[in-house]
Amino acid sequence: MVKRILSIAFCVLVLLFIYSPILLLVVYSFTDSTVIGQWKGFSFSLYADLFKSAEIMGILFNTIWLALAAATLSTILGTAGAIGIFYSRKRISAPIKAASQIPIINAEIVTAIALALLFSMTALYRTYFSLIIGHMVLCTPFVVLSVMPKLKQMDPNVYEAALDLGATPSKALFKVVIPQIFSGIMAGFMLSITLSLDDYIITAFTKPKTFDTISTYVYNAVKNGTNSSTPALRALSALIFVVMIAAVLIINLRAKKTKEDRK
Amino acid sequence: MTAFRFSRKQLCIPYALFLILFVVIPMLLILFYAFTGEGANGNLTFTFGNFINFFTSTAKLSTLLMSFTIAIISTALCLVIAYPLAYILARSHWKKKYVLLMLFIMPMWINFVLRITALRELLDLVGLLGKENYLNTIIGMVYDFLPFMILPLYTTLEKIDNSYLEAASDLGGNKLTVFTKVTFPLSMPGVISGITMVFMPSMTNYVVSDTLSNFNITILGKLIDEYFTTFNNWNMGSMISIILLVIIFVTMLLTGGFKDNKNEARGANLW
Repeated sequence: MVKRILSIAFCVLVLLFIYSPILLLVVYSFTDSTVIGQWKGFSFSLYADLFKSAEIMGILFNTIWLALAAATLSTILGTAGAIGIFYSRKRISAPIKAASQIPIINAEIVTAIALALLFSMTALYRTYFSLIIGHMVLCTPFVVLSVMPKLKQMDPNVYEAALDLGATPSKALFKVVIPQIFSGIMAGFMLSITLSLDDYIITAFTKPKTFDTISTYVYNAVKNGTNSSTPALRALSALIFVVMIAAVLIINLRAKKTKEDRK
Repeated sequence: MTAFRFSRKQLCIPYALFLILFVVIPMLLILFYAFTGEGANGNLTFTFGNFINFFTSTAKLSTLLMSFTIAIISTALCLVIAYPLAYILARSHWKKKYVLLMLFIMPMWINFVLRITALRELLDLVGLLGKENYLNTIIGMVYDFLPFMILPLYTTLEKIDNSYLEAASDLGGNKLTVFTKVTFPLSMPGVISGITMVFMPSMTNYVVSDTLSNFNITILGKLIDEYFTTFNNWNMGSMISIILLVIIFVTMLLTGGFKDNKNEARGANLW
């Protein structure tokens, strides 16, 4: 009994640690005060400021399109890569797999400056091209890792059967292989979105000078000491926290439920 | 000559080219920059100067040591908090324990800059900001990386077959012996992958240290950033990167982290 109470108390304590900063921001997003800790009555004015701020809305839009573009390209490249690696001989697949591990093991700052060194030698330094390539370097290896186990689980005879029944290799690929590994592809896509939205360091070293994502904008706001002068950012954070927590809970709990229903 | 025929193997060509161009070549460039510098006549020359400079500079060495200490303390704290938590969750018989797990690893999905800024506000409110820079940085690292320690620990602890534990206690082991001789050794893969997931980012993620120390603490990742953006000395920045890579390599070798548990922890279970 004592053990049980201690266990619950410990869990609650850690949850408090995780959620108190988030809760603080959400609560103080509903008051029109420049500093946290000073409650000036309930108000939606920060949210009104947020949606009126063309600058912040533009940054939010930038962050989202960048994540979608990088995740889509990474998913295509990574899925093709995983299929290719899976069917190649070890002599070819082993070095590709090893190179694919580099961005995963590497410190992000090293990946970032390595890309900066490369692009600084070309006219593409600090363009949308270098930015998207940077995010693809971050995401694609994880797509490969998500797709690979699904390929291993697949029955190899099904593809052969499709060929025997007259399908061309590319038709068999799209009609037979892709549907069977689709859950892995989707997992890779979602993970890529998460990684891209979360990124600061690679973005900072590859982005065009005037382009900002939420991460770079907020970091620079703290750096320049303008954090408190833009309370609308508090509303943005609060909104992102609530939306993400709800989305993650709904998606995961539904996925879990369908899995259990199938059992 | 045979006509071009589509084969599944060819699908790895674009990815292979991508990796060569944007992963392998950039890493070779770092190596090149690290061991070159401007010679007396202004030409590019091969040199060990950057290497010697790093290990003879007290400022750089103390940054390395301090960064290492912060990372070790942060990793240890993460382990001390995450292990009992993962143990409680994994061993509980509650049917909906995955909901609880979700709540603990939720931060993985939320932008870390926003979370760290929120933590900054809290530290400001309790009066720690601007006073306890080291403490704040360590709190920040633990706050940011705790989920990456919880998840691999939970995954390995959950997989442990209960019959091993029953067998151990049937054979006369008390609770402590069962834990130290059976449960803990079986959970080692999770411990190792958790450590590799937390240690390296704690040495390099300077957004956390900058935000929570008001830009007063320079960790190794920040030092690399400064040599690139502030001092404009790319050769030294590259050399520090190489040193960092050697540290990563050695820690992974020591902990056996190359057996890629890390991939499973970050990739497979997240969505």
